[in-house]
Amino acid sequence: MTATASADLAAPRTRLALFLLFAPALIWLLGLIVLPHVDLAALSLRARVAPRTYEFSFANYRTFIDEPLYWHTFVRTAAMSIIATACTLLIAFPTAWYIVKIARGQAKSMLLVLCLIPFWVSETVRTLGWMILLRESGVVPHFLVALGITAQPVELLYHDATILVGLVYTSLLFMIVPLANALESLDDALIEAAYDLGGNAWSILRQIVIPHAAPGIAAGSIVVFMLTLGNYLTPTLLGGKNSLWFTEQIYAQFITRFNWEQGAAFGFLLLMLSTAIVWLGLAVSGQRFGDVMRRA
Amino acid sequence: MPDLDLEVDRVSKRYGAHLAVDDLSLAVGRGSFFSILGPSGCGKTTLLRLIAGFLEPDSGDVRIGGRSMRGVLPNRRPVNMVFQHLALFPMMSVGENVGYGLARRGAAQPLIRERVATMLKRVGLPGAEGKRIDQLSGGQKHRVAIARSLVLEPTLLLLDEPLGALDLKLREHMKIELKQLQADFGTTFVYITHDQSEALVLSDHVAVMSAGRFEQVGTPQELYYQPRTPFVAGFVGANNRLTGAAARADGHFVELESAQGLTVQARPSGPIAAGDVVEAFVRPEVVSLAHDAAELAPMQRFVGRVESLLFDGANSAVLLRELRTGTEFRVALPQTGEFADLREGEQVAFGFDPQRAVCFEVTRT
Ligand SMILES: Nc1ncnc2c1ncn2[C@@H]1O[C@H](COP(=O)(O)OP(=O)(O)OP(=O)(O)O)[C@@H](O)[C@H]1O
Ligand SMILES: [Mg+2]
Repeated sequence: MTATASADLAAPRTRLALFLLFAPALIWLLGLIVLPHVDLAALSLRARVAPRTYEFSFANYRTFIDEPLYWHTFVRTAAMSIIATACTLLIAFPTAWYIVKIARGQAKSMLLVLCLIPFWVSETVRTLGWMILLRESGVVPHFLVALGITAQPVELLYHDATILVGLVYTSLLFMIVPLANALESLDDALIEAAYDLGGNAWSILRQIVIPHAAPGIAAGSIVVFMLTLGNYLTPTLLGGKNSLWFTEQIYAQFITRFNWEQGAAFGFLLLMLSTAIVWLGLAVSGQRFGDVMRRA
Repeated sequence: MPDLDLEVDRVSKRYGAHLAVDDLSLAVGRGSFFSILGPSGCGKTTLLRLIAGFLEPDSGDVRIGGRSMRGVLPNRRPVNMVFQHLALFPMMSVGENVGYGLARRGAAQPLIRERVATMLKRVGLPGAEGKRIDQLSGGQKHRVAIARSLVLEPTLLLLDEPLGALDLKLREHMKIELKQLQADFGTTFVYITHDQSEALVLSDHVAVMSAGRFEQVGTPQELYYQPRTPFVAGFVGANNRLTGAAARADGHFVELESAQGLTVQARPSGPIAAGDVVEAFVRPEVVSLAHDAAELAPMQRFVGRVESLLFDGANSAVLLRELRTGTEFRVALPQTGEFADLREGEQVAFGFDPQRAVCFEVTRT
């Protein structure tokens, strides 16, 4: 009797406390994510007809379709991001496997720290490090000449492969961590049991390990894909003028051309692209977003 | 010998400096239920993994169905294992779990479906193919794990304490079920456990293991009534242990005098001479109780005070303290209910036949 009464009294207060607890998150969500995007959407849907006069129009989106450079860059960015995500996964999976299932004791924590160390340095410096290694007068071409593999120093920067290397390098940790988490919870006895029942390495990987790690794979892939798609620094520095990354187009519209309407439209297109590809990826792999994010 | 399904021939396995399995040999006949009983850490799992092929022996050989298993990988051995925590695949349905091994062998889908259905029926889970693993009860998971292995018709089924994770009631039930399944299928089972009641109830033969070696191999009755080492006497079944020196000894009986001055007579196991340090074991159910010591003649007789009553249904016992020396004895209460009204502090006479107590020489190592 008294218990229910006090519970009733407490209810509005709990609700208030709960609201206050969530208030910063709500303000952040509203102020920094929803509002700018609403504004961006509005911005992208108007066209300047005369100085200081704007009207509703799809012109910015039409420009995107009509100008081959734009949608070419768009498609290329998407494709490269998917390739980079796949490469990251291919490298991160054996790494995570080694860290979780093979390394023991000290080696295990050492390896994780080793993965983390590059992130003590800012992304700019890390990317510049790659440039020092790869440019024509840099360390790697010099070595290739010294070893007699190439006659002259070759320019290793400004290739698509270089961009991919840089992107994979920056993304690796974000793939290894969710994968390691997923593999950690895989009972070794399951692998042994499958082996005992006649499974081989490939069938165990396909039927036991990957289904178990699927949410981790999906989580890592989503994070890496979004980071890659929205990356500006790495493609620009390592790819130079040839990089043709869509974020550069957005940057150019906003900053160089001062065409905010066009930039907003591009930004929105990029958002739609990442949403569409993530959704597609989840649908194809049969994962649910909630499950995946719990594992991330 | 063609009717041996498993022969382990002088196998050793070392982990760093620790010798986990020490020059161990064993033979298991076709269709029998063989248990390996030993305390935690004695090397049971290591031995089982050597047989399954997850570990290679440092020396010695494992032969299954007469064929040497040296260099044969686990997925190629005619052996299947039931893991301690069963290791059912949670990403697959019950049917897929049971059919996994057949699918790996490349059997056709209709055949797999048929065999899985038959198997599930035999373990008492007809029509459970579509269920998820987390929809099963503990006992049902157990049956699926056994079905998953037996559907492959292995020469040998290895079981690593599969009942360990179950609660007592279910464990008792599964014990009987396991025995019936084994009899039904006729597959050779090698079962490891640290639970002596499991080993005694289930097995045709039991090996008692300690520190990487077998202390004794025999039928449950042999282990219980004729233990050959103090370790077996102490580990299998409850026992009263008395240590002291042999005051008198001939081939048929030993008189042990304990440090407190109690003298008991027992049957010697192995040669014992007067003056040896010895250890005698007396089972609680061997000791008889009486209100009057005269009733117990011609057995050796003692008088004790009831220290505490240990009621456990049919296994009820009483803890006595011998009056003169204070030596503690655990004595089973007779099933007739005769001494059911015994109270703490009461005095009773007790005695036992020397031939039913066993005495070992304590060897110092
Ligand atoms: N991989 C390993 N590396 C080093 N030592 C090990 C390893 N596996 C087991 N041991 C040691 O070998 C001994 C035997 O281990 P094992 O697992 O065979 O014991 P067990 O009899 O199965 O015990 P339990 O009943 O607790 O399962 C133990 O002392 C253990 O510490
Ligand atoms: Mg074990």
